[in-house]
Amino acid sequence: MIRIEPRENTSRAFALGVPVLAALVALLLAAIPLLAAGANPITAYGEMIKGVFGSVFAVSEMLTRATPLIFTGLAAALAFRAKLWNIGAEGQLYLGAMAAVAVGSGWLDISGLLLVPLIVVIGAAAGAAGMVAPTYLKVRFGADEVVTTLLLNFIILIFLQMMLEGPLQDPMSLGWPQSAPILDQGVLPPLMDRMRVHSGLILALVLAGIAQFMLLRSVWGFKLRAVGENAAAARHAGINVKRSLFGVAAISGGLAGLAGVSEVAGLKGYLTADLSPGFGYTGIVVAMLAGLSPVGVVIAALFIASVFVGADSMSRAMGVSSFLADLVVSMSLLCVLVGGFLSKYRILRTAKAEATS
Amino acid sequence: MTDQTVLKLNGLSKRFGPVVANDDVSLTLGRGEVLALLGENGAGKTTLMNMLFGHYLPDAGTVEVADPGGTLHPLPLGHPQAALAAGVGMVHQHFALAENINALDNITLGSEPLLSLRRDRRAAERKIKDIMARSGLTAPQDVPVGRLSVGERQRVEILKALYRDARILVLDEPTAVLTPQEADTLFANIKTMTAEGLSVIFISHKLREVLAFSDRIAVLRHGRKVGEMATSEADEGTIARLMVGADTPKVAREAATPGAPVLTLQNVSVAGRSKRDTLQGVTLTVHAHEILGIAGISGNGQSGLANLISGLAVPTAGMIRVDETEIARPSAATMVAAGIGRIPEDRHHEGIVGAMSVAENMVIERLGDPDIQSRGLLRRDAIQANAEGLAQAYDVRGPGVGAAARLLSGGNIQKLILARVFERAPRLILANQPTRGLDMGAAAEVGRRLLEARGRGAGVVLISEDLDEILGLADRIMVIRDGALVEAGTMDRAKIGLMMAGEPA
Ligand SMILES: Nc1ncnc2c1ncn2[C@@H]1O[C@H](COP(=O)(O)OP(=O)(O)OP(=O)(O)O)[C@@H](O)[C@H]1O
Ligand SMILES: [Mg+2]
Repeated sequence: MIRIEPRENTSRAFALGVPVLAALVALLLAAIPLLAAGANPITAYGEMIKGVFGSVFAVSEMLTRATPLIFTGLAAALAFRAKLWNIGAEGQLYLGAMAAVAVGSGWLDISGLLLVPLIVVIGAAAGAAGMVAPTYLKVRFGADEVVTTLLLNFIILIFLQMMLEGPLQDPMSLGWPQSAPILDQGVLPPLMDRMRVHSGLILALVLAGIAQFMLLRSVWGFKLRAVGENAAAARHAGINVKRSLFGVAAISGGLAGLAGVSEVAGLKGYLTADLSPGFGYTGIVVAMLAGLSPVGVVIAALFIASVFVGADSMSRAMGVSSFLADLVVSMSLLCVLVGGFLSKYRILRTAKAEATS
Repeated sequence: MTDQTVLKLNGLSKRFGPVVANDDVSLTLGRGEVLALLGENGAGKTTLMNMLFGHYLPDAGTVEVADPGGTLHPLPLGHPQAALAAGVGMVHQHFALAENINALDNITLGSEPLLSLRRDRRAAERKIKDIMARSGLTAPQDVPVGRLSVGERQRVEILKALYRDARILVLDEPTAVLTPQEADTLFANIKTMTAEGLSVIFISHKLREVLAFSDRIAVLRHGRKVGEMATSEADEGTIARLMVGADTPKVAREAATPGAPVLTLQNVSVAGRSKRDTLQGVTLTVHAHEILGIAGISGNGQSGLANLISGLAVPTAGMIRVDETEIARPSAATMVAAGIGRIPEDRHHEGIVGAMSVAENMVIERLGDPDIQSRGLLRRDAIQANAEGLAQAYDVRGPGVGAAARLLSGGNIQKLILARVFERAPRLILANQPTRGLDMGAAAEVGRRLLEARGRGAGVVLISEDLDEILGLADRIMVIRDGALVEAGTMDRAKIGLMMAGEPA
């Protein structure tokens, strides 16, 4: 017979091991659709690994893909820690991107030393505004932020299309809905010659480190955790719950906005309505995989980026569908959820009871 | 009562990491018997009952339960469903009802097969009516449980167990949340039920009710059974010595002259959501060196008064003054800053953040203090050292200060809160039901600390439904009824009781 009992204490190694194991299990499970597609899983995994680590270019591509996921993963992880359910990182990403092209593509022709920080700050502020507004509705009227932030994504996307065919449209684009390019001095500099990986990655890593440190070591993080775990007790202890929520809303939205900034100013150079293939939503998966830990977000983002990039190049090499990447990502999320359950509860096999009652 | 044994616990042991919660505990229970399980906070009472009920799997030991015919069968351990099927029902220290559905549905929930869509509601209603008539336990069936009083919710919990044909009923601190009158009624009902063959184990820290209503007493200390006796052969002194292994010190209470006012409320009203948290034009003054007792039947505005003094409720009218300063915009933070120490009624919900560590919970009210943080960063060594010192000084026992606070036993959670409040040497202490669920030693400790604070010059507002506690500690008593406060002007138990009930003294 099988029974489930809460674990009294989860060891650190166990807590860290579960997501890793889950990821491996997910990769193994991916062999099933591969076989179904008529591919040899071993060769396929080989191609995947080559596609991610086979060359400097491959690694650069993977890091490029991980960069926005670190930003959006952090956005989700911090908000979720406070039980503020920000599902709107996708919209906030586009707000950040719009702000970046609005100030960065010619409106202000100033030195890069000023322009780059300005783009970063304004982009973050725009994303922040995109999360603070729904938080206000939540605090003031009790509007569920899951609904408001999710719906806001669609509104922002339509607003974006309007802007790309209006004020933000590049006059030289021959009618294509795309913005004017970011000025050369406003571009986030690449990290390597002729590679796409750019300094947005450095910014993301630094922010992840800061987030981790602040969450565990600062009074701000203490309050955030208290509000998330038991808002009534936090309020009773004199913690300003609303202020904590607004604070984390601004930071979460700002991080999502930076994902947009880093994509336009670091990678694409101009803004189109397909800048993000759902980085905002994938960020939620990243955060969950990471157990809402900022450092974990970096690792989870690298993993998911590897799967996407690896599956891409594998599908090109072997002629199987690249949807496999989505499959692995969703399966690893499922595996982690199961793993998370296993790390909180233990499943015991007990001898079948001698007497039936 | 017959000699027939309905339950045997044989050598049950359970450890949580370094904590030995139960060590080789054996117990028997006879048909129709009422067994009182006693022990200090953290002695392992709840853990023992949780193993019986299948919530925890013992590290060693077995359980045998008699079938209706009286033959003992081993109980598969670790299966609440098996315990239920064998006729064991448990009412937990913290209720587990669904707040938004009514009593009837709460009672029947989980008893029917999942797939029978059209439940036989009529039959269920009839069965519950029948149980209520036989046991004397009544509760409104058609109101959402969230709107019932604590006493009513508890009766719903018991009805739920009886509805599942429990023949052995375990009650974990059933009277901790009841008024003395409610408790008496509960025990009268229990007597009716045991006469019909129900067997009961109840956990309590109140020796008076244990001596009055149990047949037999078992005492746990540090997880071991240290004594067992027929109630007729027991007295308070023996039990107390068994529980703590020593005599409990009597709380000495010296006369004190009240000083200057520390808290003044003038015509303060609070618009609450129900009678529990509504205040109507309350005026009171608490002086330095004074304990003001607030007596009243539960649900008469005590929560409103507590919320107000805690800074959780904003008054709709009136004035609050702490010392000489008027508090214009009360909030929890301003009240803490004004030097008010608050001991909340619901310690799990408002007192601690269960998922955070004991050490973190000990500093949660003073995150701004320079010894806790510098420039916004936590001083972790200081927090750790602070916690170790406080755990020592206030005897907070459990798996260590780094462990999550929810892992502490109920009584130790209260000690954590006491430590947090008293270490700041507050000007005024709001103590709302401070000894609820505490063992005698710990309760005496609370009394001692409150008197010590009074001696130091603090004012104390002591809200309690236990009139004896108020009579034992307070210098002055006010009675709360329908959200209004009146001076009792007497220390006479009977007169105050009449005022509480709203009859002219
Ligand atoms: N899940 C758990 N993990 C770790 N320690 C635990 C757990 N449950 C209980 N303990 C510890 O086991 C000991 C016994 O706890 P238990 O809740 O049984 O005490 P109790 O006798 O019911 O006390 P109280 O009168 O305060 O309710 C305590 O030291 C407690 O901290
Ligand atoms: Mg207990």
